[in-house]
Amino acid sequence: MELIKTAFFGSTKSKVQLIGVIAALVILFLSPQFLNTYMPNFLAKLIAYVVLSLSWTIFSGKTGYISLASAAFYGLGMYIEALFGMNIPLPVVMVFAAAVAFAVAFGVGVVTLRLRGVYFTIFTFGLALFLQKSILWIEVKFFHTKGRMVLAYSNEAVFYCVLVVFAILIFVVILMNKSRFGLALDCIGQNEDSAQHIGVNTTMTKVLAFAISAAPAGAVGAAIGTSIGYVDPDIAFNMLLSFLPVLMAIFGGMRSMYGPIVGAVIFFVLQDYLMREYANLYMIIFGAVMVVVILFMPKGIFGLVDKAIAKRQRNFDGEVIGDVK
Amino acid sequence: MAMLEVRNVNVSYGNVQALWDVSLDIEEGKIIALLGANGAGKSTLLNTMTGMLKPQVGTITFKGERIDNLPSDKIIEKGIAYLPEGGRLFPDMTIKENLELGAYPSKLWKTRKPDLERIYKMFPILGERKNQLSRTMSGGERQMLAMGRAMMSNPKMCFFDELSYGLSPVMAQEVFKIVKHLHAEGITVFLVEQNVHQTLEISDYAYVIENGRIVKEGEGHSLLDDDYIKQAYLGI
Repeated sequence: MELIKTAFFGSTKSKVQLIGVIAALVILFLSPQFLNTYMPNFLAKLIAYVVLSLSWTIFSGKTGYISLASAAFYGLGMYIEALFGMNIPLPVVMVFAAAVAFAVAFGVGVVTLRLRGVYFTIFTFGLALFLQKSILWIEVKFFHTKGRMVLAYSNEAVFYCVLVVFAILIFVVILMNKSRFGLALDCIGQNEDSAQHIGVNTTMTKVLAFAISAAPAGAVGAAIGTSIGYVDPDIAFNMLLSFLPVLMAIFGGMRSMYGPIVGAVIFFVLQDYLMREYANLYMIIFGAVMVVVILFMPKGIFGLVDKAIAKRQRNFDGEVIGDVK
Repeated sequence: MAMLEVRNVNVSYGNVQALWDVSLDIEEGKIIALLGANGAGKSTLLNTMTGMLKPQVGTITFKGERIDNLPSDKIIEKGIAYLPEGGRLFPDMTIKENLELGAYPSKLWKTRKPDLERIYKMFPILGERKNQLSRTMSGGERQMLAMGRAMMSNPKMCFFDELSYGLSPVMAQEVFKIVKHLHAEGITVFLVEQNVHQTLEISDYAYVIENGRIVKEGEGHSLLDDDYIKQAYLGI
């Protein structure tokens, strides 16, 4: 209770943030009324990207353990919808998909997160491939098929389902940033030894955060699955979706929660535009943009904003000392 | 019975044994020191005493209760604070956040606000700059912040690892003064140091560790006059 108070009403800044977030959610909620029927589909996929990059940041952005398992959780969600969607309504399946993603991530975390270093990244990358190949094997061996049809829902229904996930996620992130748990994750990212010294149960904190960050990916996977209509292991466990959240978060900047959101929006719009206009060159242009970003703005768009603000403040003080790092 | 007792502790990293049959006592209200060169096993012993490593053989008890099988957070809750080498602060957090983290274990988290005020009173400079990032502080100030963080848990006993390491002689003296002040306030102090002279001057009792074994022990001032100590550590 005290946490909710400080996170949402603790300072002027947090109050402004709360009003801004609620306003943005209300506008998004009402937007299908004013848009053509294609737009909700576009927005649903856009928000799914935002959810993927924001939920990735919960764990990897804070602790520095790079997870490449987004595709695994997203794909699990899609497949669960394909299996149960015919009989069970989408929101229920989404909750179930989130729970499964949470449980799988928890298990993976317990096995790998006691170790430091790159093992975790390698394992998570392997996880997506493992799920892809083993589900493909099961499909071919026992069901003599490669993929499954998914029950379609209206664009608007999918949009609202994804929006609800986003709304829950953003409030969870705000709360986490102000909580003891979030602080512990920051500690682990900055100095894991110290975190242990001050009494953080580092393994448990990491495992729990990784599991929490997996759940939204599973939920949006289930929702987006319905808008594709057909799912097979190659579509569901698309490895690009493991790398995209990382790139989007870096592109936006990970210091604030707005970085991954803005990064994902720009990425998705750019991707959508390039795919339509320059379908053959899309990946080349995309790659070039990414290289430029890493070279010239290693802290992302929000890093640039910080830099500009710092520069301005120095100008006001009347002393400009070199470049602001 | 001493407040904290280490009895016959053996610790190995894989096949390499780092501590051999180490025993020591930390009496309540005293300043106890552990001296030794690099690689002698000082930090290994401290890591064992704070729950980061488990001894293969031997026991550690605090106020009669075994703590060698407890995780770090439970040990801190019992009233033992640990100030690691170099302070190990969180560079991209503010002074206030760093201090709050000293009260991380859940029992302490509830009382962190009055604890913060207590620390600000103890180290006014930390209060004045509470919103400054810790990486923008000088070496001495960082050590002060690290001490403040350790004191946040309201400890009965505090371990200091290489407190004076990397500080100017003046700053080192300043830091030792603070240790004496904390001791005067009733905190039992365990100093782990390479700075032999200054440490022996303020400590009641000291142990010398070499190659993972305690090779000498005695009262602080008597060790200062010890021929072996003079030769090996003081270069006289």
